[in-house]
Amino acid sequence: MSLAQAALIAVLFSVGTFLVLHRSLTRIILGVGLLGNGVNLLILTSGSVPGDAPILGEGATDLTDPVPQALVLTAIVIGLAIVAFLLSMAYRSWTIDGNDVVEDDLSDRRIAAEPDVAEDFGEET
Amino acid sequence: MLIVLLTYAVVAVVCLVGHRRSDSWAFPVSVLPHAVGFVWLVSVAPGVLDGTPLVASFEWVPALGLSVDLRVDGFGLLMGLLVTGIGALVSIFSVGYFPATTDRARVAGLLGCFAAAMLGLVWADGLLTLFVFWELTSVASFLLIGTDDRSATARAAALRALLVTGAGGLSLLAGLILLGLAGGTTTLSGLVTADPTGGVVPVALVLVLVGTATKSAQFPFQFWLPGAMAAPTPVSAYLHSATMVKAGIVVVARLAPTFADVGAWRPIVVVCGVGSVLLGGFRSLRQQDAKLALAHGTVSQLGLITILVGLGTPATTYAGVAVLLAHALFKASWFLAVGAVDHATGTRDLRRVRGVRRSAVLATGIVLAAASMAAVPPTLGFVTKEGALEGLLEGGTGWPGALALVGVVLGSVLTVAYTVRLTVGLLGDAPHDPATDHAGGHDHRPGVLLVVPPAVLAVLGLVGGLAAGPVGAWLARVAASLDPASSDGALYLWHGFTPALGLSALALAGGTALWWATRSATATTDAPRSLSTVGYDRAYEALLVGSRRVTGVTQSGSLPLYLGIVLLTVAAASGTAMVVSRDWFDWATVPLANSPLELVACAATALGAVAVVLARQRFGAALALGGSGYLLALVFLLQGAPDLAVTQFLVETVTIAVFLLVLARLPQRFSGAPDWAPLGVRIAVSLVVGLTVAGFALQASTARTEPSVAEEYVARSEPEAGGRNVVNVIIVDFRGFDTLGEITVLAIAGGGVVNLVAAARREQRRKQLLDGADVEDLSGRAPEVWR
Repeated sequence: MSLAQAALIAVLFSVGTFLVLHRSLTRIILGVGLLGNGVNLLILTSGSVPGDAPILGEGATDLTDPVPQALVLTAIVIGLAIVAFLLSMAYRSWTIDGNDVVEDDLSDRRIAAEPDVAEDFGEET
Repeated sequence: MLIVLLTYAVVAVVCLVGHRRSDSWAFPVSVLPHAVGFVWLVSVAPGVLDGTPLVASFEWVPALGLSVDLRVDGFGLLMGLLVTGIGALVSIFSVGYFPATTDRARVAGLLGCFAAAMLGLVWADGLLTLFVFWELTSVASFLLIGTDDRSATARAAALRALLVTGAGGLSLLAGLILLGLAGGTTTLSGLVTADPTGGVVPVALVLVLVGTATKSAQFPFQFWLPGAMAAPTPVSAYLHSATMVKAGIVVVARLAPTFADVGAWRPIVVVCGVGSVLLGGFRSLRQQDAKLALAHGTVSQLGLITILVGLGTPATTYAGVAVLLAHALFKASWFLAVGAVDHATGTRDLRRVRGVRRSAVLATGIVLAAASMAAVPPTLGFVTKEGALEGLLEGGTGWPGALALVGVVLGSVLTVAYTVRLTVGLLGDAPHDPATDHAGGHDHRPGVLLVVPPAVLAVLGLVGGLAAGPVGAWLARVAASLDPASSDGALYLWHGFTPALGLSALALAGGTALWWATRSATATTDAPRSLSTVGYDRAYEALLVGSRRVTGVTQSGSLPLYLGIVLLTVAAASGTAMVVSRDWFDWATVPLANSPLELVACAATALGAVAVVLARQRFGAALALGGSGYLLALVFLLQGAPDLAVTQFLVETVTIAVFLLVLARLPQRFSGAPDWAPLGVRIAVSLVVGLTVAGFALQASTARTEPSVAEEYVARSEPEAGGRNVVNVIIVDFRGFDTLGEITVLAIAGGGVVNLVAAARREQRRKQLLDGADVEDLSGRAPEVWR
């Protein structure tokens, strides 16, 4: 792994994190996409050193490690599935309220507002 | 044995299920299983008492070695006779007690369930069997205390009893499991034989004692029992004086002969017992409700029995069994008598009760039960109290024994005082009070069914005292099942001028004097709430409020905030681990870039990613994401991963297409900025996460200690799978099942997408139709379609 790659990982994760901390579902999805890219790069670069493509029979001698590649290949496709699913959720959200904002949980808010309202215990005998 | 339990089960189910139209038959029918059980126990008694217990064992979960082990020995026989015998009398009493407005079938069915569980408890030999029946009695008690489910008091009392006994049950379970592991056995009888020592045994015994103290309402857990008096009086008589509260004593009695010398057993038993004896007796003196006074008296008496059986010497064990029998008889009698008084006069308040003397049978029963409770000769209460004092005077148990003796004598004084006060209060005529006299048409003579059961129990107490010799010999055979050395115990109505007799006389005289001295002071005031109850309520309230506060603080309802905290925690934990380990990689081994082109590609990808954030419009952001993704494919390619590059390229193309499809619908610009934290904080969190991950990546890439498994894959790729592209071979061949899983995930996600889009389409069509409809018409009478 090179410093350039490490720096790219840092950027992808920082930007991705910044985006998923938004309330707009579209931005969250963009963030998930970037985070996915960052994870893939992380696995690939920390698990293998650059070399020739792991394809046999072409005279290449300095083959790079194929295992991280196999893992990441799967992860890329799964990432597509996640983004597609989230996007359809954004679409559904739009049909309901015309936007894609992730709202707060109302019952949690209520408890946070009045924590001291306790149940009725009945009288003492 | 099984037939008895099945009879209970059948009758209970019939009662609980079959009460659609009338339920007056429920209590008469519920006498049946008690009678069956009692007769069966009497028929097997000779063999059991000769020392051959009846054993039954059923496989439960054979794979785990769990089985239901039941064992009727002498003590189990005595407890079984009490459960069935008193159960039968309580059922007969209930026929006359409960008005038609009560759900009688429910109470009868639950009483049947309880009796079956209680029999299982007293006969249980398996440690887990014991625990299961133990908890079943707690549940039955909860439901029966809450019989009047419209009263908040009853509900709170039921819940309190359940929480206290349930928590104690868990403690008991932990203790029993530890004991079982230490002794290498799963049964009580095996445990007594194995007699494990050392290690966890003292701790386990403390856990067991906590459990038994909650169940038998011992100090400091005694407070639930007076509250349980919210139950109908027959229930209180049965569960909360005669049987269920003896469950803790049953366990103590079975373990004490073996374990009384271990660890803190005796000090705990005696301190809790003496605390209960004194506190219960003292508080009983201050109650105006006769039933509550009895409940506090029960706490006191249970303390006495716990002390006796808990000390674990042959003499005290024998005396404990004897007092247990006497107490069950006179206390159940007392409760039923108070129930009859309540039924006849409409009040249990000692300041108001009038006219009880008109029912000679009831009055006689009360007097006899009182004599037994106050240990007046020649009742069973007296002879057993004598036995208890003699057992304690025998000594041999150090300071706990001495403390117990003092506590029991003081407790006897209090017992005599509250007994006299109760008796005088019930049988004496309160002054006429126009406000309460004849209120609600009460004040009639109680029926036969109400007065005979308590009288029968009270007379049994007298007969038992007069026949002290035979009864004592019989009890000796019962106690022998707990401790073979107890078999020479005996009861005497008269055995000369002994110290025990002196102490008995002292208690009678002192108690009467105490009653006389305090009779005016205790005549008017209501007792304050006990400290334990207040403590329990505060703790319970604090738990509820505290959990809501914790929820309020931790669950703000903001998803971005949760996510931020989660990410920051991950970064902080792994970052700290990296810093602390000091096992840093060598910067010198890390090149700036593997090639100049890589440097350019990485920088371009990073720029694309930053552009995603900076974009003001959704389209621009999506395009920037795509651009960044395409450039990442170049980085993959430079790393020596052409397959990844191709896949990334294709996937990025599809992603952009899907994005554009969806974004065509959404507003052009993003909605408002998040409000859960200021921009600076969010940027800081993001940077911390990014830098930590990058540091982790550098650390991980230099941390390889073993050769990659890839060598194996590369070597086998051609000969075994016939493929040259090793990555493809891994995906479709070596790790084919992983790929199958991946395809499954894709299919599920695809299904989700299709459903969400279909739902969104329906919604849209509906909206379009709505827009076309007359708005006013919708607000008033919606067309049939929209209903």
